[in-house]
Amino acid sequence: MTAPRRRDLRCSDVAYELLAVAAGEPIVDMRARAHVRQCPRCQDELIQYRTLLRSLRRLRTDVLEPAPGLLAEVLAAIGAAGERHAVDSLVTGRRMAYAGGMAAAGAGVVVGLALLAVRSRRQRRRAPVRSARLAAILPSNRA
Amino acid sequence: MADDRLGVLIAAARAGDDAAFAELVAATHADTWTLAVRLTGNAEDAADVVQETYIRAYRSLSGFRGDARFTTWLHRITANCAASHRGRRVRHRHDELNPDTPVVDTHRDHDPQAHVDDEALRVELLAALDRLPSRLRTVVVLRDVYDLPHEAIASELGISVSAAKVRLHRGRRRLRDSLTGLGATAQEVSAALDTGSATAEQGVA
Repeated sequence: MTAPRRRDLRCSDVAYELLAVAAGEPIVDMRARAHVRQCPRCQDELIQYRTLLRSLRRLRTDVLEPAPGLLAEVLAAIGAAGERHAVDSLVTGRRMAYAGGMAAAGAGVVVGLALLAVRSRRQRRRAPVRSARLAAILPSNRA
Repeated sequence: MADDRLGVLIAAARAGDDAAFAELVAATHADTWTLAVRLTGNAEDAADVVQETYIRAYRSLSGFRGDARFTTWLHRITANCAASHRGRRVRHRHDELNPDTPVVDTHRDHDPQAHVDDEALRVELLAALDRLPSRLRTVVVLRDVYDLPHEAIASELGISVSAAKVRLHRGRRRLRDSLTGLGATAQEVSAALDTGSATAEQGVA
């Protein structure tokens, strides 16, 4: 029995590899590389991608002239933002103080409720002790 | 500006010196503006993005640990601001786009004819970039022009790395399809393949 013959690669099969190699990555697939070596269409495409990427990289050296007054506007905006930030901090600080007070009050209530709960639980625990006779009559829960 | 001077200003600004931060803005705002124009495609949005970028930078400067270049850090904030800004825009303006936006500083060391060809291609490329949908253009600009890693791009745009790569692939293909000045020579093909094969063999070895 013979192994099925692999079909030849088409241009569309190597499209992704072309872009990768144009970006400097290797074509790991030997069949893809062999296809590109003998396919004028893929070769054209590869070079087009390389030229494209080279041209894109060159744009990095461009420095466009900023809009007139941009620097002054940016600095003014930072100043205003700084002021707002300071005001926000102040207001937030007051809110925090208020929230702190409320939290303390809330905590007091919670602590009070907790103490009451503990006290009543103790009372519930102590109750059977205080009524030993009743406990002797009732069936034990710890069986 | 020299890196040393930039480092001094960053340290001073982090310590609360507003004048140092203002100097940082003055030194970097043209570069930030350029990226903002490339990302947004128009001057009005770019101005908003630049302003927002520096406000965020001002507020989060203490978080800049210096393990990345300051400009890369700014580029990431700019990318993030541009993405947020785009999200807020109901209408995307194309009428202000101009591939002939004045360039005040370029580095060309080619022969005159190559310079003419490069310039023609540059203008064509800028127009093609401009026509790309902004979500594709953003990824192409950040990766292929500003060399940000896929992970950083994905993080700033709030998308997955694989989504960023798909957008990049689509963007490059569309650009390639729309440009006419991308020629090829047999020598270049050979060089490209040899580069790929040499790298592949090194990777295997």
